[in-house]
Amino acid sequence: MDKMPRWADVVLIPLISLMLAFIASGLVVLAIGENPIQAITVMVKGALGSTSGLGYTLYYATNYMFTGLAVAVAFHARMFNIGGEGQAAIAGVGATLVILAFDWPHWALALPFAIMGAALFGGFWAAVPAYLQAKRGSHIVITTIMFNFIAAAVMGFLLNGVLKNPNTQNAETVKFPAGAHLPTAHEMLAPLGINFSKSAPLNISFLLALLCAFLVWFLLWRTRLGYSIRAFGQSEKGAKYAGISAFKIIMISMFISGALAGMLSINVVMGEQERLIKEFVEGAGFVGIAVALMGRNHPVGIILASILFGMLTQGGFELLWEMPNISKEVVLVIQGMIILFTGALDYMVRGPVEKLFLRMHKGA
Amino acid sequence: MTLMQKFLGAAATLALSAGAALADPAIIFDLGGKFDKSFNEAAFTGAKRWAEETGGNFREIELTSEAQREQALRRFAEAGYNPVVMTGFAFASSLDTVAPDFPDTKFAIIDMVVDQPNVQSVVYKEQEGSYLVGMMAAMASKSGTVGFVGGMDIPLIRKFACGYVQGVKAVNPDATVIQNMTGTTPAAWNDPVKGGELTKAQIAQGADVVYAAAGSTGLGVLQTAADENILAIGVDSNQNYLHPGHMLTSMMKRVDVAVYNAFSAGPDLKPGFNVLGLAEGGVDYAFDEYNKDLVTPEMKAAVDDAKAKIIAGEIEVHDYMSDNSCPVK
Repeated sequence: MDKMPRWADVVLIPLISLMLAFIASGLVVLAIGENPIQAITVMVKGALGSTSGLGYTLYYATNYMFTGLAVAVAFHARMFNIGGEGQAAIAGVGATLVILAFDWPHWALALPFAIMGAALFGGFWAAVPAYLQAKRGSHIVITTIMFNFIAAAVMGFLLNGVLKNPNTQNAETVKFPAGAHLPTAHEMLAPLGINFSKSAPLNISFLLALLCAFLVWFLLWRTRLGYSIRAFGQSEKGAKYAGISAFKIIMISMFISGALAGMLSINVVMGEQERLIKEFVEGAGFVGIAVALMGRNHPVGIILASILFGMLTQGGFELLWEMPNISKEVVLVIQGMIILFTGALDYMVRGPVEKLFLRMHKGA
Repeated sequence: MTLMQKFLGAAATLALSAGAALADPAIIFDLGGKFDKSFNEAAFTGAKRWAEETGGNFREIELTSEAQREQALRRFAEAGYNPVVMTGFAFASSLDTVAPDFPDTKFAIIDMVVDQPNVQSVVYKEQEGSYLVGMMAAMASKSGTVGFVGGMDIPLIRKFACGYVQGVKAVNPDATVIQNMTGTTPAAWNDPVKGGELTKAQIAQGADVVYAAAGSTGLGVLQTAADENILAIGVDSNQNYLHPGHMLTSMMKRVDVAVYNAFSAGPDLKPGFNVLGLAEGGVDYAFDEYNKDLVTPEMKAAVDDAKAKIIAGEIEVHDYMSDNSCPVK
């Protein structure tokens, strides 16, 4: 055996990383004079302990699933898409334009069209940097991050101009028509006799995210296009030699990536806010990078990592609420610590664990 | 101070774990954060003053995400906190949804009107305070040209500008007022460099007093005014101490007063409009040891006279937001 078993790669290493992260953030909590065990308990209980907490956790997880999948698809073609932030924002404009264009009779009719609007706009916003990369060699990392700023400016322009609700000072659109209201978890589960919290923003987009995860898996590992994407990512020269068009793969993978990032707007803009606001993405585009890293660019890993990050976001809020001594900034430090250990410092754990397995194998 | 905070925090945790004893008040700070040197911080000051004077406890939370607006409102209301105060107009639509679900809880929102039977909407007559500082600007100006630098171009800031111009013209009908807005996006609240550039441009056109109503952008305006040796007027908090000798005055918008009053009223907070003008001490001009050498006795007499007349209703300062237009330019 020259590799460690798969279960160690997928389960053990993330768990060890997570433990280290908890220990490190525990020290931070200790340093400000609070009980770290209590802090962790509050976070976990706050994230999973009630249907309201769970509803928020899964709502955030939905966002991270979309952006995590977006990063993963591009990454399989060795495109580092860090423009999820901007792509989601522009996709929000697409979804909003579709929703506000008609007085939708029913959400089931509005949803597919809103998805199309969001996917087209988000995909387009990723396709421009993709074209520049494929044709001009402009580095995708630079262009996608610059497109985040352009997207923010475009949003500001639109929400203070043509799309602005004239009755408010806030940069936001008018409220969406009632026909475009997506069913929330409360509304979906009530007929089954489950009383899910009414206030939690979890909505049908969660199922859409799971469906997207399945589709991404199917695309990458069960279709010819997915094979081309992965082949191109593994070896650009080899793929070209096999007759795979670099231009086509870069354009398609980035378009899909942007479209997936754009699905975030269905969850937030259509599902929760029911109006377009300026800063609705709130860093989820960047969290997606950490999610994809931690999930090892596999849909199942991404789903699990998203739920963990959702727990962190919601648990962090509960921590602010239950332990007033822990400020917003300390919560951010704890969240950052977990991201650091599970994402960037992955190899710190991987090396020793791998060695340990090899030695055990030799000894046996 | 830190010890005090710790103590207060511990007391708050205790109160909570004891099953929320209550009707303690609560305050929610907007995404800008509690210590933004401006709006949110002023609200915090009011809450702190209430706690110090009454020995009472209050709960606070700083938001980190848009989705938390409704979440925080519901959590406070469910836990029995009363009243729940929030800073800023961005809360309007969330409050509009949450308020009907908690008819026994009183809410107060600052800078915005939410029409619900258990909500107090606190709005300010910024035009009245701006009128007074406009008068002072016109009297202090030697060139007869004064400037105004606004933040984001929204009706609220035009309300500041309009009151200011009315004050200037009341003293000197021939005066010129140069008006600039920093931008049309929220970034305009936080661009001190551009604030400084606009100020330089206004100075080049002859302005020798500038009034900044632009959040953090205003700090650049005040700095440039001090560097170029002209006078500046601050906003919201008393900013006179920033550049003594160059700060003519500050137009104070007492967000802290609104929070203090709401906390003091407790569960008996009166719903409806709460319009704070000169008469209610909601807005005022700042006069302290930092600007007493710049404000001549005649100036002070004239401004205090106008203030009395506005309170008495003899002078009516036009409110830009009442008809979205300004009678003077």
